Amino acid sequence: MIKKIAASIAEALSDIHDGATILIGGFGTAGIPGELIEGLIEQGARDLTVVNNNAGNGDTGLAALLNAGRVRKMICSFPRQTDSQVFDALYRSGKIELELVPQGNLAERLRAAGAGIGGFFTPTGYGTSLAEGKETRVIGGKPYVLEYPLHGDVALIKAERGDRWGNLTFRKTARNFGPVMATAAKRTVASVYEIVELGDIDPEIVVTPGIFVHRIVRIPRVATQAAGFRMAGRP
Amino acid sequence: MSWRKRTKEELAQRVARDIHDGAYVNLGIGMPTLVANHLPADLEIVLHTENGLIGMGPAPAAGEEDYDLINAGKQPVTILRGGAFFHHADSFAMMRGGHIDICVLGAFQVSACGDLANWHTGEKAAIPAVGGAMDLAIGAKQTWVMIEALTKRGESKLVERCTYPLTGVHCVERVYTDIATFECTPRGLELVDIVEGLTHAELERLVGLPIRAH
Repeated sequence: MIKKIAASIAEALSDIHDGATILIGGFGTAGIPGELIEGLIEQGARDLTVVNNNAGNGDTGLAALLNAGRVRKMICSFPRQTDSQVFDALYRSGKIELELVPQGNLAERLRAAGAGIGGFFTPTGYGTSLAEGKETRVIGGKPYVLEYPLHGDVALIKAERGDRWGNLTFRKTARNFGPVMATAAKRTVASVYEIVELGDIDPEIVVTPGIFVHRIVRIPRVATQAAGFRMAGRP
Repeated sequence: MSWRKRTKEELAQRVARDIHDGAYVNLGIGMPTLVANHLPADLEIVLHTENGLIGMGPAPAAGEEDYDLINAGKQPVTILRGGAFFHHADSFAMMRGGHIDICVLGAFQVSACGDLANWHTGEKAAIPAVGGAMDLAIGAKQTWVMIEALTKRGESKLVERCTYPLTGVHCVERVYTDIATFECTPRGLELVDIVEGLTHAELERLVGLPIRAH
């Protein structure tokens, strides 16, 4: 019998090892699995490589994981934001490595990993400093850069609703990297706000089929907080 | 004869006027977002945002913000009837796969032949961040740039060759500025329009490049 529902976050994250590559969903705070990241901080794995679009907002979630000194390397497209002070300080003092990847290449490298593709030629970045030293090829008269898949040991994603087979739906733009990261990791852990019986998610609207998901854990619903931009009237 | 620069709103209006009915459009962070306020109400123009939404509507009323429904600048937005959500690989397939008709971007520099520099000033102390800029620059059917033509120090942002790090090569078709609109071509800049009262000779002096009449 398939039982992917974990009793607790601690149980879902128990076997993450030092040096692991962790794919963390989210764009800004939308889709950031804050509760799972808190769990990862408690779990204690160190020397991590973290893949996320950004590099943390404020001092909670991913920023707190960075601040705890657990992350050796960030792979992301857009680390610098109005409230990325934790990453900024670590980077400036040489305490964290950064691999900057154009956002679409990041998504496609994850997709390639999940789909068993050994590499792909992308037009993005051709002729720029981010493609320096990379193999290029002209295909059909257009120049492309060779990029490789990006595999995770673990993916931590935030979904909306799940069932015990691990089928998932998402909420609005909090979907972002979740479905593609779910495919790219050896082990995917999703937080959900609601667990329903098999068949209660209309198969026509399942976004991530359970085959890509290994553990789901229910968390209390908390509204996503604003972050990553300067609000009018605030410093 | 005297002349004056287009205001930011006038520049946004100028860009909006060239967007066709039914177009799928991505507006970059910063000044390009102003274009959304000037799209003709009688046309159906569909806005895409890279973080997984097409059919993006205006900002919500105060108190109605939902931070699971944001744009690429992470600001709260709404979704129009007919809109859709999708994940990042699909979103960038739309961008890189040539499905977006027009993207409008800001820039530090644009070269006469359409090279774009808009992601990094190259300063050593700056923390680099690229986001979706490189994908957007090369992926849309047409890439337009919307900028003030001159820096605060009066230097032209239209250049023969970009000195800032490149975002994309030969990718910009059009540059809308506060003093004129240009096409970037393999033979250099071509004039599309110019603000009233500014002469061609004076425009060439300000921009510092030869500009062919359209």
